[in-house]
Amino acid sequence: MSATAPPPVAVPAVATAAVPGAVRAVRHRRRVRRRSRLARRLLGVLAVAVALVWAFPIYWMVSSAFLPTARLQRPEPTFFPVDGTLANFRQVLTDESFAASFRVSLAVTALTLAGAVLFAFVAALAVSRFRFRGRKSFILTILVVQMIPAEGLFISQYAVLDDWGLVNSVLGLSIVYVAAILPFTVWMLRGFVNGVPIELEEAAMVDGLSRTQAFFRITFPLLAPGLVASGVYGFLQAWNEYTLALVVMTEPGERTLPLWLQGLVEANRATDWGVVMAGATLIAVPVIGFFLLVQKRMSAGLVAGAVKG
Amino acid sequence: MSAPPLPPETAAPPRDPVAAGPTPVAGRPVPRRASWRARLNPYLLLVPALVPIAIGLGYPLARQFVLSFQEYGLAQQFGRPAEWVGLRNYTELLGDPYVWGVIGRSVAFCLVNAGLTMLVGVALAVLMSRVGRAARTTLQVGMLLAWGTPVLATLTVWQWLFDSQYGVVNWVLAGPLGLAEFRGHSWIIEPASFYLVATVIVVWMSVPFVVFTTYAALLQVPAECVEAAELDGASAWQRFRHLSLPLVRPVLLIAALLQVIWDLRVFTQIHVLQRAGAPTRETHLLGTFVYSLSREFSMAGAMATVMLVLTLCLTGFYIRRMLREEEL
Repeated sequence: MSATAPPPVAVPAVATAAVPGAVRAVRHRRRVRRRSRLARRLLGVLAVAVALVWAFPIYWMVSSAFLPTARLQRPEPTFFPVDGTLANFRQVLTDESFAASFRVSLAVTALTLAGAVLFAFVAALAVSRFRFRGRKSFILTILVVQMIPAEGLFISQYAVLDDWGLVNSVLGLSIVYVAAILPFTVWMLRGFVNGVPIELEEAAMVDGLSRTQAFFRITFPLLAPGLVASGVYGFLQAWNEYTLALVVMTEPGERTLPLWLQGLVEANRATDWGVVMAGATLIAVPVIGFFLLVQKRMSAGLVAGAVKG
Repeated sequence: MSAPPLPPETAAPPRDPVAAGPTPVAGRPVPRRASWRARLNPYLLLVPALVPIAIGLGYPLARQFVLSFQEYGLAQQFGRPAEWVGLRNYTELLGDPYVWGVIGRSVAFCLVNAGLTMLVGVALAVLMSRVGRAARTTLQVGMLLAWGTPVLATLTVWQWLFDSQYGVVNWVLAGPLGLAEFRGHSWIIEPASFYLVATVIVVWMSVPFVVFTTYAALLQVPAECVEAAELDGASAWQRFRHLSLPLVRPVLLIAALLQVIWDLRVFTQIHVLQRAGAPTRETHLLGTFVYSLSREFSMAGAMATVMLVLTLCLTGFYIRRMLREEEL
């Protein structure tokens, strides 16, 4: 249709029509950009405000830990610990029950960590390096087991441990912890083992190494980051767990740190929040650092376990 | 022992040193005698993982299931054999309106908390993707602090924040906001306000996971598509609703599912708040209720089984999808 129009007329007509259009488009875009820059700035303020709200309880924990009781019991809260003291920390650290709980927590965590990482690593190897009957059912079991609520099982876990005399024992608590952590750890490590191409191992075997040698010289070093990540994950779980510890460790002398903290709250509520906050801070601060190391992998693993499973 | 004559195709390769050597042509140069070990290996490798799972999860689960059909109380703990009572524990539990109250409250608590967590989490993830680097980093740090702190430590601070006498929450409400009735107000004595506090705490600690997962998914939305939609005149809401949302939907579904699982089994938060002086009978949810039954093993077993079934009902579709999934 446009072919019928004579070219000499059409060209200037197109040009005059196009220029105002283009100008309008540019102006529009500029206006949009200016508006969006303002919006971005407002959203930025909002984001910072949300961050402050979210972090406030943690700030409050640390800040209160430095304040003496007299300060904390004023009608006006003290928002900045300007004349803070270390007395609360000193009181917690010299408390014999803190040291005892620290030792219990350390033992449980070490045992859980060693068991979970070692067993999960070996299982992950089996699942990702071998094809065998029952492999799929094993992976499926691992995924389904993760959904069993411990809160619906703890009474009977207690009964089983009680039968074997493992209540109030580090070993007993570690067994239930390993069972709880293993599924996710296997899943996580399986991803890491899958990430190391089998061809690397095979090439080494062609060069004369045995299967075991090839594995330990080639694959194992590449898996170190995965082992560290799953180790930190297990550490966090065992260190922070409360429910099973509450059920299994009923004697005051065998309390893990979370149970100790709960005891501290119950002993000092309404009288000495400063000491309680010092205890909470001491438990929390080292852990947050470790958490930052594995946070990404943990959430990726949880989602991948669900999406790909 | 002499081997029976075999057809040539399946016969073992001749034990001729030249032919049996590790020639690259023969595929993997694995020594022949390793084959039986290679077949056994994977099962041996699974044993260490399966034993603790069987002791720590499998056996208690089976035992609890059996126990829930028996009469097992104090007398049985001292050696009397347990009696089979069929479904009596279940009928007794499910015939009790109080138990239905606990179940109803738990499901409601779970859905409200999971819903709120998802809503706030997705909103904050979108916010995170729209702001500059400095604001984004600040938000991420705030979220990580809340997420990485041990649950018991955060619960301790929240009790301090909601403390009736010296808590900051009451101070803010009564002081700057002028609501004098909150001076000395106790937050956990009333069930409704108890659940409000519990919801604030649970949402606060669950949101970061949703934010980071959703944010990671939003980063996968191709920038060219968003730009193209923008040039075609799609508003920000339209771009989110019709472009980003469908692309991150699978991740959102999973995150929501995990929230439902976690919030249905919520124990620690409720238990600690109860110990802070709340009336326990009016505030029990499934987890704390099972815990309160711990003296009566069979009843606790029956209730825990009900809880498992409930979890399976709420997550059944997810398990079905896993079963359908081909590639593991």
